[in-house]
Amino acid sequence: MNRVVLGALLSHWRRHPLQLLTLVLGLALATALWSGVQAINAEARASYARAAGALGQGDLAQITGPEALMTRETFVALRRAGWLVTPVLEGPMTLGRAHFTLRGVDAMTAPAPAQGAMVATGKGGQKAETQGAADIAVPEGGVIFGAPETLLRLGGQSGLPPLRPLAGLRQGLLLTDMATAERLLGMQGWVSRFLLLADQPMGRPPLSSIAAGLKVTQKPSGNDLARLTASFHLNLTAFGLLSFAVGLFIVHGAIGLAFEQRRAGLRSLRAIGVPLGRLILLSLGELLVIAAVAGLIGTLLGYLIAGLLLPDVAATLRGLYGADIAGTLKFRPGWVAAGLAMAIGGTLIAAAQALWRLARLPLLAGAHPRAWAQGGKRMLGVQAMAAAALVAGGGLFAALGGGLLAGFLSLGGILLGAALALPVILSLALGRAARGRSALAEWFWADTRQQLPGLSLALMALMLALSANVGVSTMVSSFRQTFTGYLDQRLASELYISARTPGESAALAAFVAPRVRAVLPIWSVPISIAGRQVQVYGLVDDPTYRDNWPVLRGAADGWDRLAAGRGVMINEQLGYRLGLAPGDMLRLAPDWSLPVVGIYSDYGNPEGQALVASPSLAARYPSAPRLRFGLRLARADIPALRRALTRDFGLPAENIIDQSALKASSLAVFERTFAVTGALNILTLAVAGFALMTSFLTLSDMRLPQLAPVWALGLTRRRLAWLELWRSLALAGFTMVLAVPVGLILAWVLLNVVNVMAFGWRLPMYLFPGEWLRLGGLAALAAALAGALPARRLARVAPARLLKVFADER
Amino acid sequence: MLLDVSDLWKSYATPDGAQRVLEGVSFRLKAGQTLALTGESGSGKSTLLHLVAGLEAPDKGLVTLQGKQLSGRSDAIRAAMRRDRIGLVFQQFNLIPSLSVQGNLAFQARLAGRYDPGWISEMAARLGLSDLMNRYPEALSGGQQQRVAIGRALAARPDLILADEPTGNLDESSADAVIALMLDLVAESGAGLLMVTHSPRLAGFLGARLHLSKGRLR
Repeated sequence: MNRVVLGALLSHWRRHPLQLLTLVLGLALATALWSGVQAINAEARASYARAAGALGQGDLAQITGPEALMTRETFVALRRAGWLVTPVLEGPMTLGRAHFTLRGVDAMTAPAPAQGAMVATGKGGQKAETQGAADIAVPEGGVIFGAPETLLRLGGQSGLPPLRPLAGLRQGLLLTDMATAERLLGMQGWVSRFLLLADQPMGRPPLSSIAAGLKVTQKPSGNDLARLTASFHLNLTAFGLLSFAVGLFIVHGAIGLAFEQRRAGLRSLRAIGVPLGRLILLSLGELLVIAAVAGLIGTLLGYLIAGLLLPDVAATLRGLYGADIAGTLKFRPGWVAAGLAMAIGGTLIAAAQALWRLARLPLLAGAHPRAWAQGGKRMLGVQAMAAAALVAGGGLFAALGGGLLAGFLSLGGILLGAALALPVILSLALGRAARGRSALAEWFWADTRQQLPGLSLALMALMLALSANVGVSTMVSSFRQTFTGYLDQRLASELYISARTPGESAALAAFVAPRVRAVLPIWSVPISIAGRQVQVYGLVDDPTYRDNWPVLRGAADGWDRLAAGRGVMINEQLGYRLGLAPGDMLRLAPDWSLPVVGIYSDYGNPEGQALVASPSLAARYPSAPRLRFGLRLARADIPALRRALTRDFGLPAENIIDQSALKASSLAVFERTFAVTGALNILTLAVAGFALMTSFLTLSDMRLPQLAPVWALGLTRRRLAWLELWRSLALAGFTMVLAVPVGLILAWVLLNVVNVMAFGWRLPMYLFPGEWLRLGGLAALAAALAGALPARRLARVAPARLLKVFADER
Repeated sequence: MLLDVSDLWKSYATPDGAQRVLEGVSFRLKAGQTLALTGESGSGKSTLLHLVAGLEAPDKGLVTLQGKQLSGRSDAIRAAMRRDRIGLVFQQFNLIPSLSVQGNLAFQARLAGRYDPGWISEMAARLGLSDLMNRYPEALSGGQQQRVAIGRALAARPDLILADEPTGNLDESSADAVIALMLDLVAESGAGLLMVTHSPRLAGFLGARLHLSKGRLR
């Protein structure tokens, strides 16, 4: 019996191959975007895990001191007391135009993975047999390890120890032995922190008895990169889910239509004795087979999409977080299984309503081919209430919720609520439009309104895609505009030079001083505040800062107090993280607290930053290197100074950077950063366009009984076809008009809630009507393409088919 | 002469070859005249009506309405003649579901630019539809829907009414009432009426009768 019944069920797809194609393609597209995003995330996470593993410190706790740096004597005291620790020295290093973090580890006491990595690459790639301390063979003069791309940026630098690639290290991080780090950073005898090794002996004395202010900091779960990039991956996941939801609209529509068309057949099967349970099970089996096939296709497509997007994602992660992830994609069975599970789960969600209706199908009621559409009409009231509840919930999450998840829940609520509200609003608007002046207009709008139940799912999908587009593009463009202005403020100096050694630095400063308007040293010291690294910069008193620095909030005499050593300015993200406002005290060290006299914007920097008076910082960290300078001079004098620096100091070109080059490279990083967002935007819109087209196509056959009388009363098929095309454009236009305000609300939430939580900075929102017009054009194009095929079919439909509508035999 | 049908031929392609439906049909209809077209199922009655309405094109022959040739003209011209000069009534009513009774009644008249609210109101009253003007087709009975269809066909004061089994879906008493009403209104408007029916009894209400059998007039 199963075979016979299944044959009867499957015969529907033989007669409606387009519907089957719609179902499979819809599900495959939904799965493709979702699993593509997941593949990218999995690749990135694997890279972070490799990086943490290579350093052997992924999950190690650490001991930090009361100040940014501790002495080597503390290390000796800790070891003598029985604490199994290994020192780490870390500091910023600028070579040419590139900035790096140099991390020194102690080859004798570092965890085995770090030793192993150093041994393996230190001996020309030969893997060591054992990883004991005796095997460590760091060549004389030290070796610097870095991710391959990091080393490329270092290429040609003279005076550095030999360079060795070490895959998996964070972009911009250089790893070396302690002695080399001390030498290059000019920080002999200093330690940034101690890593606490596993298997500590019992009975150790408390830390307080060894040195005041020492404390153990547990590493947060995962590693630095995973934590820093979590928001980015959450963002990608949200986009993937959005695309999946858009795809599910197609699947839901296709399954619902198939069920309605099969209603009479299903009733007949029941009438001739097929048990309801078996019918449901077989229908479910049929759907699961389709879902599995579509899921497999989708996963393969997802793999292709991920492969195409990965280079951009890698660039984004590098630009935003300095994370180095592999540019090639590995096949991971885990996400294939996850993709299939999503496809099957999504199908079940989309099919739940149809299966429920099948379970409740009355045996004797007559078939009603328009019940699907009529049912949609009845749902409008419920839909309006659900939409209001979702939008209200989203608003509450935005206003009251804390955390990134609340931000995304808010976005989800607003988006879904708006999508659900769309058919309700359209129905009201079309009802008003139907009170038209001409008979044709009246019929056109009334008929369009009648199509809404059948089209609403596709239009909701389009609404989701368009409003997400408006929201994200408003955010990105606002960010771009703000960032451009911010660069103008932050990069006020006309020329930036970098010395290679502290000795050269002093000579350079003396050389340029009489030749320029001002010399602004750029130097900093890393300190630890609340367990996170904060870079503290020492600023000289110069009008450049007062005139240009992008201060958001602060005291009127902020710069005076900072220059006098009586105040600190902090970046927005540090202020947000510590809950600081101007006037609050910031404790930089146990005996060094300063009032916050200003908060400035610092876009693109994931870490905290503080500005203090240069003499104050120098008094505390006299040996910290000062290698970079910003120079204020007339633009006309730049070429001559550049020549002099090259001639007299042999300074390479990459150590002399002018402002415009720096700005251009910063903007290039910015554009690359959002390339993947743009690609996902377009893909989501394409899926929505496909949803619209499949809806128009599936409805076009059901529309003949409604169109035939109008044709008979004097409208040509050609004219009707044009009207169908206009209908498609009009609906897309309505949807676009409604998507703009929803997108702007999304942008506001993104800029004022999600960004603040994810990055710690708030951005002003700007409006870009030109972009809306461009998006409207794209939506119109999608709608025209979606409506063109059904319209062409209508224009060419044989009169005999239309006449069948009037025939007795119909 | 209102309608002149001359030597009309029509066949359809089938998997077994061309199936001839009409073979040289000719007849004439004067203004104000009512003509019943009878015949068994498949005799070609509906096809003949569709050719006269310009809904389909004949393989051969001429359809001339008020001296203007309809057959052989472009789709747009046939559509315009249908809109401006012909009223159509179908067995399935074929009202426009998105329009109210009022909208349906006025639709063709407005398309043709001959909308007369007074005439529509009067006709609605005669058809017993005055209280149903804001209802939609789905909320009407079969008899009510057919009365709307008749009203729609007459609203534009066409020269020719073509009705295809207009009471096929109605019970006998409803059918008689609808036919009587339609004939009254047609007589008042001065239009010609060509009505397809398989019922000899209903055909008896009309002024003349043509019988079609296997594509030929008998």
